[in-house]
This record gives sequence, C-alpha cells and structure tokens, in this order.
Amino acid sequence: MSKTQDVELRTRTKAFALRIILLYVSLPKTTEAQMLGKQVLRAGTSVGAHYREAQRAKSEADFISKIEGALQELDETDMVNTPLLSVRDLKTYFFLDEGIVKAVDGVTFDVYPGQIFGIVGESGCGKSVTVKAVLRIVEPPGKIVNGEILLNCKTGNEECQFVDLVKLDVNGKEMRSIRGAEIALIPQEPMAAFSPVHTVGDQIIEAVMLHQPVNKREARKIALQMFKDVGIPMPEQRLDEYSWQLSGGLRQRAIIAMALSCNPRLLIADEPTTAVDVTTQAQVLRLLRRLQEERGAAIIFITHDLSVIAQMASYVMVMYLGLVMEEGPVDDIFHSPHHPYTQALLRSIPSVHSTPRINLPTISGSIPHPFNKPSGCPFHPRCAKSMPGKCDTRTPALQPVGEKQLVSCFLYHDDEVAA
Amino acid sequence: MTNSTTTPLLQVRNLHKYFPIRKGFFRKTVGNVRAVDDVSFFVNEGETLGLVGESGCGKTTTARCILRAMAPTSGEILFRTKEGQTVDLAKLNRGGLRPLRPQMQMIFQDPYGSLNPRMTLFDIVGEPLLVNGMKNRKERTERVAEILRLVGLRPEYMQRYPHAFSGGQRQRIGIARALALNPRLVVADEPVSALDVSVQAQILNLMLDLQKRLNLTYLFVAHNLSVVKHICDRVAVMYVGKLVEMATTEELYRTPKHPYTAALLAAVPVPDPRVKTGNVELKGEVPSPANPPSGCYFHPRCEHVMDACRVQAPAFREITPGHFVSCLRADELQLPGIA
Repeated sequence: MSKTQDVELRTRTKAFALRIILLYVSLPKTTEAQMLGKQVLRAGTSVGAHYREAQRAKSEADFISKIEGALQELDETDMVNTPLLSVRDLKTYFFLDEGIVKAVDGVTFDVYPGQIFGIVGESGCGKSVTVKAVLRIVEPPGKIVNGEILLNCKTGNEECQFVDLVKLDVNGKEMRSIRGAEIALIPQEPMAAFSPVHTVGDQIIEAVMLHQPVNKREARKIALQMFKDVGIPMPEQRLDEYSWQLSGGLRQRAIIAMALSCNPRLLIADEPTTAVDVTTQAQVLRLLRRLQEERGAAIIFITHDLSVIAQMASYVMVMYLGLVMEEGPVDDIFHSPHHPYTQALLRSIPSVHSTPRINLPTISGSIPHPFNKPSGCPFHPRCAKSMPGKCDTRTPALQPVGEKQLVSCFLYHDDEVAA
Repeated sequence: MTNSTTTPLLQVRNLHKYFPIRKGFFRKTVGNVRAVDDVSFFVNEGETLGLVGESGCGKTTTARCILRAMAPTSGEILFRTKEGQTVDLAKLNRGGLRPLRPQMQMIFQDPYGSLNPRMTLFDIVGEPLLVNGMKNRKERTERVAEILRLVGLRPEYMQRYPHAFSGGQRQRIGIARALALNPRLVVADEPVSALDVSVQAQILNLMLDLQKRLNLTYLFVAHNLSVVKHICDRVAVMYVGKLVEMATTEELYRTPKHPYTAALLAAVPVPDPRVKTGNVELKGEVPSPANPPSGCYFHPRCEHVMDACRVQAPAFREITPGHFVSCLRADELQLPGIA
C-alpha cells in the first residue's frame, strides 16, 4: 500500500468510506485494493456488510441507492470506523553501550473503539515496549526512532483529527493531559504501582483532580463510585487503607479503579493477571470485560498467556522479537493459525482438555538474546518450515493472507520489508 | 520385594506447620499462622503427585517441610529409604538427615535466582557430588558430563557461567543439579511457571522423560492446573493450609467432589475462543491462615453451604477408593468438572 493511500485511509471521513467501497468494488482485485477492502472489513462493522450487499447490486442505480443507505448508517457508526489509535511503522530502539536493542522494529496496528485488542508474545517480543511507546514512557536509553502513533482526537473537528503522540513533548502539557485521562494503564505489578506511604484513596483522588475540574470532596465521590463499580467490598474503608493492607485481588481491583477513574477512551492492560491466582484472574478478567461493555472503552490487552487472550480479546496480534508475526480476529488466530510460530506456540501449550502425559510438540531452541537477533525472519532458526536462502536473508512483510488475517511469512507471499 | 509396591515412598501424616505471631516487648506469641494444618497424603514410588492451590495456601511450606528445609510443628513424614527402611523425617536431626539428603532433591521455581552466578556449571552440578564424597575431580567431571547430557545440555558448556544460558537452559541446569545424586524423590516447586510458553513444553517433556528413565517420584507443586493435568498421576488440592481433595488426575478433573476444586477448574482459561470459561465466579477472598473461618474453611465462599458447614469441620475421608475429600456434602453434590 502506498504512503498516500495510507494517509488517506487514516483521515478517512464519511465520504472516504464510500470511496473505499467504490474502489474495492470497481478496481480489479489487486493487492492494493484488497488491502483497503480488508482494512474496511477489519473494522468489523457495517461497512463490510454494506460492501458485500453493494456488490450484489443488479444495476448502477441500485448500487448507488444501496451505497447511500450505507452512508446514512455510516453517519451513526462513523466513530466506530475510525481507529481510536493507529500505530504506523513504530520502531523503538534501546541504545546501550553494548549495542542497539531493536525492541520494537516496525509495528503497525489499529485499535478501534470498543475493541479488545490482544497483543500476545513471549518475553522480549516487544509487547510491553510497544504500549510504553504509546504512553511515551519508554525509559532512556530507549527511544522511538521511527513511526507515528496517531490518537483520534476527542473533539473530532476537521483541523485535528489525529494527534501524533510521537511529535508531542514527553513531559509537555498535552502529553500529560492524554496520559491517564485519555489513555490509562493497568500495570503488571499492582504492588509496585501504588505508593506505600499514601492511601489508595488519596492516590486516586489525586489522579481525578489532575484531569477533571472537581474539588477534593467530589473527587472522593468519584473514587468511591469507582471502588463500588469494580466490586470492592466496604469501599468507604478501603479508600483510606494503604496498598499493602489490601490482598492481591483487591489491589488489582483498586488499580483498575484508578485507571478507569478518568474515563479513558483507551485502556492498556499490561499483563494484568500475571501476578494473581487463577480464581482472582477469573474475577479480574470478568470485571474488565464487564467494564469494557458498560463504558465502551477500547482495551489493549497484553499477555503471554494464550488461554487468557483466547478468552478476552476480539482481535489478536502475535509478536516475536519486535515484529508482528500474525494478526487477525481471535477465532481465526486460534482455529486457523497461518504463521509457523503461532502454530507451534498453540501446539506446545498443555490444556486441561488435552491428553495428559504425552510429549508435547515443542519449539526447538530458545528465544535469542536481543543482541544476536537472527537476520531475515526472526523466527527462522527455530522454524520447522524455514526455507534456506530466503528466510535467513530477507525479512517478510506483514501481508493479508486468507480472509481476515495478516501474516508475515514467505510461505504465503513474497513481500519483504523494505530495507 | 513386595514391600516396595505396597508401601508408598513418602507418607505424610497429620503434618502441621505453625508460624507464631509475636507481639509486644516480650515478643509474646499471640497467635499462629497455620500455614500447614493437618495435612496427610502419600506418594507412591514412580508416580507424580501434584499439589495445587492458590498462593498462600501452604503448598510450598508443605514441600519444604518434607525436604526438612524447615522443621514441622508436628506430624510424621515417613520416607522409605533405598535400603527399604521407613524413617520419620520429622523426628530426625541434622546429622540423621544427612545420609538421606541425596535421596530427595528439589527443583526451584526461579532459574535466575536459584543458580549462583559466580559458579560455573561444573561447580553447580558437581557441588552435591563433592559434598557427598566424590573427591576425585576427574570422576566428578565425568559424572557432571553424563548428567548434563541427560538433561539435554552439551558437556562442553561445563566451564561456563549461568549468565550465558537462557531461562529454559538454566532450568535444565537446576534439574541436572537435583539429579546429580540419583535421588528417588524430587520436589519440584513451580518448575515451569517462570519460563516462556515455548520453553515450558521442553521442560515438561524433559521431566516426563527423566521420570521414565530414572524411575523418579515427583512431588509437583504448581498453581497452573493445565500443567498439573499434563504431568501428574494424582492431584491434591490445598486450601488455607488444609487438603480439600485428593484423587487420580482424571477423576479429580472429571468428577471433582469438593466445591473449591470445581471452582478452581471453572476458573481455568482454555486456549480456545469458542470455549467460554470463567462463567462460575468464585466470590470473595482467600481467608487468612492466621484467622481462618469456623467450620469448613471454604464455607464463606461456597455456593453449596449449609448450616452444618459453619460449625463442623469436615474430615478428610475416602469416599471412593483413592478419592479423598473433606466436604460434608461430598456424597450428594454433583459438581461440574472438565472432560
């Protein structure tokens, strides 16, 4: 897809949605047109349905009337069709004395309103760094060296439809007003996230007062309501307790309450259940799902646990060593995985439903050290289907394969990442 | 020897481990944290017993008491030695335990914290050999090389330090160290929970393979029920210092008899978006072992609670051969399991 089309797509308006549909219908089935169409379909909204209906039109007049009907509906769903967050070719490198660690090396994805977007990967795959870059909290020596992180503006006026977070000052007023209010984070370790010398209530009140024009009493009311919403028993008392007085499950709930206290449009949950037990995990996941349904916020859900992602996400992106291996709707990723890495990963996990005491199919070797990242496709040394002379020299690009998935593997196409 | 088939390798009877809570100037004991509270189970030779439960339920404390890394408050830990005698580990002192130590070893959770960064692989795996009298360096080198090959590491790596290895390889080193002295009982405390998903399967396969080849007996402490189902012959479930259920893996997963076991199973997420799990929610929090509820410890969270549960502590009884459960309503309840 060319750069101009890419930009156009991002600044898509109502009229542009129509153009895409027309383009997709009228153009021959080139990859470019298909890619555009796929992006529309990926929104998982009425655009796709209308396109399919329009395709069945008998005459031109019929076609136009159908499109007009679609446009009317698009008026209402316009918000849904525009991505809330659009990350383009993000590269985040860490400049260490020993060398450069390319933690995130060209990642592109869109998160739509109301979507639970899952990022799954093993340690060192760059999933946490990706979202840290979105929040602009990558610690030095880490730096965003390339790419755009476009956040859809709340106001939605034509002048500023997207803010590029990469261009903002890290500690500037604008970024600080986005961080916590527009995009909130549920960190991995709830114990480390709270200050032990302030009560949890005070910490939430502080965040609320920072982002909303309320006084302390009103802020406390908001905090209390949040505690009730996340199901903390005896919320009045809990507000005045310290984080170390709360149990693991309550602490996780308190941090979720804090993240949601300013009504963010995008919630980033970075391994929110890794440090808790299976029963607490079920409680937390259920809570997140309920809050997401009630409030309609989009969630970027990061985890290494494939079971959790299967239960939570609607759209999944699989990462390995800083690159996206495969992405698609959750059902397709789990039921027809294309990339050898996804396939191997899914085979290697024991499940409560699988046959016990047999040898699990494994992925040979281990994740390479970030300093000796393999050339070409990062997975090729461990891949059973690696093609010598191809996979070890060239890096495959992420391209649409099949109905709704995008895969970066030479088994399916021949496009490589431009050097 | 008929004895070896009938007597379990390890038999734990009424094990208690209390940690005193001290307060005030004179450090007076004002209460006890009942980390392990009357636990009884057995492990047969060559099998794997899984010990599962949420954090703070006492599973690690139980494992450590068995290895006598800590002294139990009371109870018996009967271990059948190589010579066929049965000894009570709980009663032995340091000197008495020493000849038995080689027969029981431990695999730790954190492959980063459990290996000394200043010792080479040879030192780490060879140390137990040295301590147990293998003074000849050449002999030791040969034995270390043999064990390294056994766990799938190249003997040439012997002079390297742990930092040169990945998490999965480090866990192999930990396993090699545990196997150096040909133990019979291996206590594995969450051996795969710190590893990456793609490496977990390798270590689980290695553990299954070693068990077959060396006739090892595992006590497998874990919280991941999928992993436990994969590797264990029998499973014991702990809750607030007590065992609530113990049965063969298949029976426990298919027909759990304790509501807590059923709730745990319902909470396990399945790696398939078409199977929706987590519909049954376990309400509330795990009670503190310092101040457990009356009667059955699980009654405040149990959906099948009746009045008797609040006052009467259920006994850990055998309801069908090999299936132990501590629930007053175990005979009548039909609980959903996992097929």
